[in-house]
Amino acid sequence: MADSTALAHEHEHSDLQHHFADMEQQQEASTLGMWVFLCTEIMFFGGMFLAYLVYRLEYYNEFATASQSLDIKMGTINTIVLICSSLTVALGVRAAQMGKRTLLVILLILTLIFGLAFLGIKGVEWHDKYKEHHIPGPTFNISDIQHAHPQTPLNPGHAELYFSLYFAMTGLHALHMIIGIGIFLVLLWMAWKGRFGPNYYTPIEIGGLYWHFVDIVWIYLFPLLYLIDRKHIP
Amino acid sequence: MSDHVIPSKMYYGIWLTLMVLTVVTAAVAFVDLGALNTVVALVIATFKAMLVVLFFMHVKYTSEKMTKAVIFSAIFWLLLLLILGLADFATRATG
Amino acid sequence: MATAAVEVERPNYLNSTEGIRSWLLTVDHKRIALLYLMSVTFFFFIGGFFALLIRLELLTPAGDLVMADTYNKLFTMHGQIMVFFFLIPSIPAVLGNFLIPMMVGAKDLAFPKINLLSWYIYIIAGSLMLHCIVTGGVDTGWTFYTPFSTAFSHTQVIEAGVAIFINGFSSILTGLNFVVTIHRMRAPGLTWRRLPLFVWSHYAVSLIMLLGTPVLAITLLLVVFERVFNLGIFDPTRGGDPLLFQHLFWFYSHPAVYIMILPSMGVVSEIIPCFCRKRIFGYEFVAMSSIGIAVIGFVVWAHHMFVAGISLYAALIFSVLSYLVAVPSAIKVFNWTATMYKGSIKLDTPMIYALGFIGLFTIGGLTGLFLACLGVDIHVHDTYFVIAHFHYVMVGGAVMGYMGGLHFWWPKITGRMYPEMWGKLSAVIIFLGFNLTFFPQFILGYLGMPRRYWEYPAEFQVWNVLSTAGASILAVGYLLPMIYMIWSLRYGKPAGDNPWAAAGLEWKTQSPPITSNFEDTPEVTWEAYNYDEIPAPEEVPVG
Repeated sequence: MADSTALAHEHEHSDLQHHFADMEQQQEASTLGMWVFLCTEIMFFGGMFLAYLVYRLEYYNEFATASQSLDIKMGTINTIVLICSSLTVALGVRAAQMGKRTLLVILLILTLIFGLAFLGIKGVEWHDKYKEHHIPGPTFNISDIQHAHPQTPLNPGHAELYFSLYFAMTGLHALHMIIGIGIFLVLLWMAWKGRFGPNYYTPIEIGGLYWHFVDIVWIYLFPLLYLIDRKHIP
Repeated sequence: MSDHVIPSKMYYGIWLTLMVLTVVTAAVAFVDLGALNTVVALVIATFKAMLVVLFFMHVKYTSEKMTKAVIFSAIFWLLLLLILGLADFATRATG
Repeated sequence: MATAAVEVERPNYLNSTEGIRSWLLTVDHKRIALLYLMSVTFFFFIGGFFALLIRLELLTPAGDLVMADTYNKLFTMHGQIMVFFFLIPSIPAVLGNFLIPMMVGAKDLAFPKINLLSWYIYIIAGSLMLHCIVTGGVDTGWTFYTPFSTAFSHTQVIEAGVAIFINGFSSILTGLNFVVTIHRMRAPGLTWRRLPLFVWSHYAVSLIMLLGTPVLAITLLLVVFERVFNLGIFDPTRGGDPLLFQHLFWFYSHPAVYIMILPSMGVVSEIIPCFCRKRIFGYEFVAMSSIGIAVIGFVVWAHHMFVAGISLYAALIFSVLSYLVAVPSAIKVFNWTATMYKGSIKLDTPMIYALGFIGLFTIGGLTGLFLACLGVDIHVHDTYFVIAHFHYVMVGGAVMGYMGGLHFWWPKITGRMYPEMWGKLSAVIIFLGFNLTFFPQFILGYLGMPRRYWEYPAEFQVWNVLSTAGASILAVGYLLPMIYMIWSLRYGKPAGDNPWAAAGLEWKTQSPPITSNFEDTPEVTWEAYNYDEIPAPEEVPVG
């Protein structure tokens, strides 16, 4: 990095990497990079959405009844928790843009709390499923669901497919949440150090894009997994 | 920088709308609309997702055409996967 | 010559810093390209070793060299290593990495650290794959078809799946870097219409990497979940559909073929104008056909499943769409040929590879049309016809392009010429060896010899012997460049900055380039391939 132009740029702004011409180019490149990455994430979840679509159309009865065994209250609360976290992230980007360090730190901490709350609630739901023997595998048993719906004969294998998808989709979503929390811990540390301001808030912005994306995945998972058929209350 | 600061009132408005829609979508699931239940659930989810993309993710305010191009191509490719994938399963001979 | 000797001593990316750390922690795209060059070459020879064992087993009709189970592992690991650890990273991660920033007039890729990260991911994935091989290997075929891979195989499916899953990130990050670099880092004056076709083809490849790889990732992950956590998404005993796996797998793996061939097409589009001293014919069409191949390539995947039990209607749609992809491919072949028409053709090594590419790719592509035809596919599905077809595309096409590109840019990469005579000789050996290896397989397949068996009826032996003989010649053809290129690092004649008098920004800087590629950011005022304005080289220094 010995060439003189790079050095000149570094003096201009310490956050500018040597191979970019100016801060604007750097910020545009990072933002575009994150959007392109989110594109790949859509395709990643897309594979599971295709599986879901195929089996839901084929085995509607089992999907609908198995879906009723999920706790809709917890699902709704979790959706609300995630939406709140998206708000704190959006406000956080704004705080960074305006150079309000303390506000940014508070909003990032709030985001982390919401994120952990989501995972906690999700953990309780998974634990309930474990107690009910609804986890696919040798112990899988849906006699309780069948008992609640005596009028619909259920194929346990097909219900197992529903729960396979449920655990794969919510599990990978939760993994994305955990990664998001890791990213936000780093952002919190950087914000604490006062790294962000009106001239440099790209990490907060692209971290925020990632967080919102994970939120959007949940916005779809919630109706697809919890709300298949709630009309016929057991 | 290219983005201008958006008033926080707008963020709170979007947040409130998202909250209301969440409650609505959960409530509507208990009303028997026949096949429309799924449609309503997906329309609400898509509307919520659009709000997040347009406002929280600043797509409405960006002058960057590439962002929109990226989003459209992602949706396009997702639909390719879903529609062409289903083209097989939906048209198989039964029995 | 004295000046040329001094030139090599100039400060450049190779001698700017020293020591192993300066290589392992480098963020210079050129050094990362060389790291990739060494690693993909390593995997190429591992994959090639398996190929030789396969050909040796098939020398005789009886299954005598290895047992059936071992043979299953051999062709599986040959496929997985060659596809995921050689072909997919080969041109993009080596030549693309080295050249794209220079071709767009930038100092580096948009995300240099991510570029290095992608190499480390590749190495981690590759090590996992090697560990998997030495601890028993996999026998599912490179395609991981369920339910065999999920319920029946007793081999290291999980580890291989995880290795390829991890490797996917490497290709996604490379694609991401290319897309952002091409959009955001172009030098002033370098409009889209002035971009080299190599860059266009890498843009198309990046689209496939970005939109396809994640689907493979989730598919393999679901297979792993099925084995580890007993999920049942592809399990027929629970109502799961193995064909769903095939849909998801081929949604990536068919476009992956275009990941392999498109970069080669880009290389050929650079070589042909240079060695014909002519502007490329129909620049826009060649550029757009790259994008066309990338897009149409995504909607043809189920032609791998015609006999697997998909619906007839879906099969019809996919058959028609598969024919469509021939259109942009043909446009390219026509335009390269038209470029050569009345050009002053010079048959140096890169040009021989490029011509070989055109011929072999044409055969590979046209036999693909046989397979896209529903009726014919029933006859030749899962026979050696398919093997021959895709080797014509992947080896005859992709590897020929890779070799051509390596020779063409070798003087830029190293500052020295490879020995031209040896270059020509090995190019011809590879061409002949390749055809002798794979053409008999078309006939074998047509006669009905199925793929993936370690023994076969005696009447097929003649063709198999020919094929094995060809494979040995091919091996020599690949070893020769390995030797003389390493030799040339020390003893090759200094090449000068632009030995081919080629157009393109990468030739406007010194060889080897300085770390930041250009002294000053170049400003582009000329059209691509302006060979009518560049005098032909008086004499290429012969190594």
